[in-house]
Amino acid sequence: MTVSPVVPTTRYTPPPRGWYKRNEIAITPWLFLAPGVLFFLVYVIAPIYQSFGLSFYNWNGLGDVRTNGEYVGLQNYNKLFGLNGERADRNFQISLWNNLKWLVLYLLAIPAGLFIALFLNQTVRGIRIYKSLFFFPFVISQVVVGLVFSWFYLPNNGLFTIMTGWVGIEIRGGVLGNPTWATYGIIAAGLWPQTAYCMILYLTGLNAVDPEQVEAARLDGAKGPKMLWYVIIPQLKPATFIAFVVTIIGALRSFDLVSIMTGGGPFGSTRVLSYYVFEKSLSERGLQYGYAAAVAVILFLIMLVFISYFLWSMYQDEKGAR
Amino acid sequence: MFPTPVQKQSRAVQLGYQAFLPFALILWLLPLIAVMIFSIKPDVDFTSGNYWGWPSSFEGFNNYGKVFFESAMPRYLLNSVMITVPTVIGTVALACMTGFALGVYKFKGNLLIFFMFIAGNFVPFQILMVPVRDLTVDMGLYNTKTGLVLFHIAFQTGFATLFMRNFIRALPFPLIEAARVEGVAEWRIFFYVVLPLMKPAIAAMAVLIFTFIWNDYFWAVVLTQGPESQPVTAGITSFNAQYRAAYHLMSAGSIVAALPPVAMFFLMQKHFIAGLTLGAVK
Amino acid sequence: MHSILKTSFAACVAAGIAASGASAAGHSLSGDLVIFSDMSNPAPRAVMEGMVERFGEMHPDLNIALTVIDREAYKTQIRNFLTANAPDVANWYAANRMLPYVEAGLFEDISDLWEGQISEDLASTKGALTIDDKQYGVPYTYYQWGVYYRKDIFDDLGLSEPTTWEEELANCQTLLDNGVKCYTIGTKFLWTAGGWFDYLNMRTNGYDFHARLTNGEESWQSDEVRATFANWRELIDMGAFIDDHQTYSWQEALPFMANGQAASYLMGNFAVAPLRDSGLDDSKLDFYQFVEITPGIAKGEDAPTDTFHIPTGAKNKDAAREFLRFVVSADNQTLINNGENLGQLPVNANSSVDDDKFLQQGFDMLSNKAPGGIAQFFDRDAPAEMAAVAMEGFQEFMVFPDNLEDVLDRLEAAREDIY
Repeated sequence: MTVSPVVPTTRYTPPPRGWYKRNEIAITPWLFLAPGVLFFLVYVIAPIYQSFGLSFYNWNGLGDVRTNGEYVGLQNYNKLFGLNGERADRNFQISLWNNLKWLVLYLLAIPAGLFIALFLNQTVRGIRIYKSLFFFPFVISQVVVGLVFSWFYLPNNGLFTIMTGWVGIEIRGGVLGNPTWATYGIIAAGLWPQTAYCMILYLTGLNAVDPEQVEAARLDGAKGPKMLWYVIIPQLKPATFIAFVVTIIGALRSFDLVSIMTGGGPFGSTRVLSYYVFEKSLSERGLQYGYAAAVAVILFLIMLVFISYFLWSMYQDEKGAR
Repeated sequence: MFPTPVQKQSRAVQLGYQAFLPFALILWLLPLIAVMIFSIKPDVDFTSGNYWGWPSSFEGFNNYGKVFFESAMPRYLLNSVMITVPTVIGTVALACMTGFALGVYKFKGNLLIFFMFIAGNFVPFQILMVPVRDLTVDMGLYNTKTGLVLFHIAFQTGFATLFMRNFIRALPFPLIEAARVEGVAEWRIFFYVVLPLMKPAIAAMAVLIFTFIWNDYFWAVVLTQGPESQPVTAGITSFNAQYRAAYHLMSAGSIVAALPPVAMFFLMQKHFIAGLTLGAVK
Repeated sequence: MHSILKTSFAACVAAGIAASGASAAGHSLSGDLVIFSDMSNPAPRAVMEGMVERFGEMHPDLNIALTVIDREAYKTQIRNFLTANAPDVANWYAANRMLPYVEAGLFEDISDLWEGQISEDLASTKGALTIDDKQYGVPYTYYQWGVYYRKDIFDDLGLSEPTTWEEELANCQTLLDNGVKCYTIGTKFLWTAGGWFDYLNMRTNGYDFHARLTNGEESWQSDEVRATFANWRELIDMGAFIDDHQTYSWQEALPFMANGQAASYLMGNFAVAPLRDSGLDDSKLDFYQFVEITPGIAKGEDAPTDTFHIPTGAKNKDAAREFLRFVVSADNQTLINNGENLGQLPVNANSSVDDDKFLQQGFDMLSNKAPGGIAQFFDRDAPAEMAAVAMEGFQEFMVFPDNLEDVLDRLEAAREDIY
C-alpha cells in the first residue's frame, strides 16, 4: 500500500489538510481491503455466478461456451431430478444419498473427538506427546490417508479383512469392492483425521472449563455422565459449534478420499456430489460441463443452508459484542 | 478439571491409565504404523503374502533411495515447496490488511464484506472448478505453479481474514486511539502498532495455511498436469501408477509426501493448535 | 486388414524413395517443435525419446521440446492444453475418441499428408483416422487383443488351445476342478470388462452388429445383446473369473496369472511385457484367438490404434507434418514396434513385424483370421458418455449377474439420451 499524501508543506502556514487527510479514516479501510477483496471477487465470487450460468448450457468443455455451447435453459436440472419428461439421473440420486450418509456419519467425529479428549485430559507424564500423536492423522494429506486405508481394506490381504475374518465376517469383494460397504469404508477413513480435529478442539475447550463451576457441581454431588451433560458440555458449546461447522464442510468436501480410494466405484456406488461434478466434467469420460455445473449448483445450495446457519449465528455473536 | 484427574484416584486406576495410554495410541495410529513398516519391507514380502507381518529383511534404504533417486518425487516435493511458500506469504500479507481494515474501522458494509469472506471460504470447490480452470487457462497460467498459487491465495484469504479480523478485534483498541491522537497516519498505525502485535496470529496462520496447501489435492489435479508443476499430493498418484502394487515403494513415497507438514506441526505445535482452535474458547 | 505380406518390391522401393525424398526435399526445418506425449510407461517413453533424438539428428536446426505426461492424466489434460497452450504434435487415439476434438476444431485436417503413397502404406488404419472423408492424424502403433494363457498349466492338465465355445467351457471346467481360476481380470478402472464384452458380442452376434451397437443403432434390450450376456453369464456362474476383480487394476490382476492362481487373461498385447517380467518365459506363456461362439460368424477383432495429431493451435505445422511423416515411415515403424521397443504391430505395410512369437501370431490373426472386421475397442468405438455408463454396467453385471435387467434398462436409457 503506497498511500503517501502529496501535500505541499510551506514553512509558516499550517498545511491545508488534503482531501485524503480529511477522509483518511474513511478511505484507509478500503485501500487495505482492495487487494484482498479483488482477489476474492475474481477467484471465488465471480466463478460462483459463472457456474450458475454454465448450468444452463449444454457444453462439452472444448472451445468457448458461447460459441461451442448450446443454451438449454433448465434442461440440465430437469435431467437431474427427472422433471419435464426427462429420466431422473440415477447416478445423481446415488451421489445425493451418499452425501447424506456422509453428513450424518461424519458427525460421529464430534462425540468421538470429545471422548478421546476426555480420555486425554489428564496431567500425567508425557501426556503432551500423547496429545500430539493423537492429533497426528489430521496433519497428513487425505491422499495418504486414503491410500493407507485402501491397503487396510484390501481383499484377502488387508489387515481389516483379516481381522473381520477372525470374527467370521466376510465382506464380499473387500470393503471397497462391495457396493454396500464401500461408502462406509471411505467414511471411516475420513473420520480418522476428522476425529483428531474435533479432539483438539475439545481439548482446548476443556482447558478453559471454569474449575470453580466444576468444583461447585462436585459439591452438589454431580459426577460422571451427569456432570458431563449438565456442566461440562454447555461450557464446551463454542468448541462444539466449530466442530460442527468444520465437520459439515468436511463431509461435503469428500472429494479426495473418494477419488483416491475407489474413484466412485464399484459401479458408481461410492459417488458423492463433489466427485460426480468432477467426473462429469474434467474426468476421462466427462465432457458434460453444463451438466456438471448444474450438479455443482445443487451442492452449493446444500452448503448454502449450512453457510447461512453459520453466518446467522456469527451475526448473533456480533450483535452481542457491540 | 474434568474428568477427575487420575492423581486423585486409586493407585490401580493410575497404573491402569498409564498402561492403557500407549496401547490406545498404537491402536489409533495402527494404519500409520503399518505404512511405516510397509516402507521398509522388501518386495518379496508382498508377493509372498506377508503384508502385515514382520519385514523379512530391512530394505528401508533401498526403498527410500528409489523414491529419492529414481523417481520424480524430489521434483514434486520441490514444486510443493514452491507452491506452498508463496501462498503462505501472499495470504498472510493480504489477510493482515483485510483483517486490519475489518477489525479496526467501523464503516458501512464492514460486516457484509466480512461475511462474504466467511461464506466464500465454505463454498464447495466444485462450483469454482470450471470457471477457475478457464480463467487460469485464459491467463496462460494453466499448468504453472503461479496459476495454482494465485488461486490458493485468493481462496485462503477468506479463512485467514476471519482469523485475523477476530484477532485484531481482541487487541486493546485504546492503543490505536492513542496513536491517532498523536497524529500517526493510519498506514503507520498498521505497520508500527498493529502488525507487531499480530506476530502470534501470523505464525498460527502461516503454519495452518502451509499444511492446508501442502495437502491440497483437488486444485492440483484441476490446475496442473505434469512433474514440471504438480505438487507432491498429485504427484504421488502418478508415482503410484508407475509402481502399481509395489506397496513398499508406494508407502515410502507416501511417507515422504506426508513428512513436511508433520515436521511443521511438531515444530510449531503451539501456533498450529492456536490457529485451529480459534473460537473454540470464548 | 491389408496384409503387408503382399508388399511388392516396387512398393518397397517407392516407399523408400518417398521417405528419403520427403526428408531431403523438406526444406531444412527450424524453430521449435513442441511435442506432448502420453507414452509415459518405461518402454514407450524410451521409444518416444528415441524418435525425437533421431528426428532431431535429421533436422539439426530444429529445437525439439518433448513433454511426457502420465498416460492416465493425459486423457483429461489434453482438453486443457489443446485450447490453452497447444503443442505442435500430440498423442491420442483413433476413431470415436478423437471425434469430439475434431468436431470442436482442435485437431488439424491433415488430409494433404495422407495423399498418395502414404494412404496405401497405412491403408489398414486409414478408416480409423478418417472423419467425413478427411484425415485428422496418423497412427504409430496398434496391437492385437486375445487370450494369453499359461501354457505350462494347460499342458499339465492335458488341455489344448480351444477354438469353439464348448472347448473353452470344457477347458475352464477342468481348470476350476483343479483349483485354478480360468481368467484373471481387474475391473477397477472398468475398461477391461469392455474387452470381454467386445469379444463376447462380436463372437455371438458378429462384427457388424457390434459396430451398430456401439454406434447407437441397436437396442441394448435386443435378443442379440441378451444372448451375449447369457454367454458371459455361463462363465460367471462357473466362477471362471478371479474373485474381487472390481478392486484390482489390470496390473494388480497380473500376479494371479504369474503365480498360477489363474490360467489366462483376455488382454491387449501390452500385457506380455509385464508377464514376461514376472518370470513367465515363452515356454510358459502363449496366445490364442478368442474362440468362435456362434458357428459361422466371421470373426472380428479388437486392435486399438494409437495416434499422433497436429492441434489446430500448433505454431510449427511444417515441422509437425514432417515429424508425422517420419513417424509412419516404414523404417521407423519397423524399429519402434519391434520386440525391444514397443513390442507391437507396425502400421506401415512396408514395415516388417518383429520376430516375436506374440507379434507374429497377432499379425497373422489380424491379417488372415479376422474377416469380420477390426474394431478399436469399446471405449474408443462408443461415445465417451455411453462408454462410461456401459462399462460401469458390465462391471456390475460381472459381480451381480442377477442385476442384468436393471443394467440393460440403464444402458438403453443412456442410448436414447446420448445418440
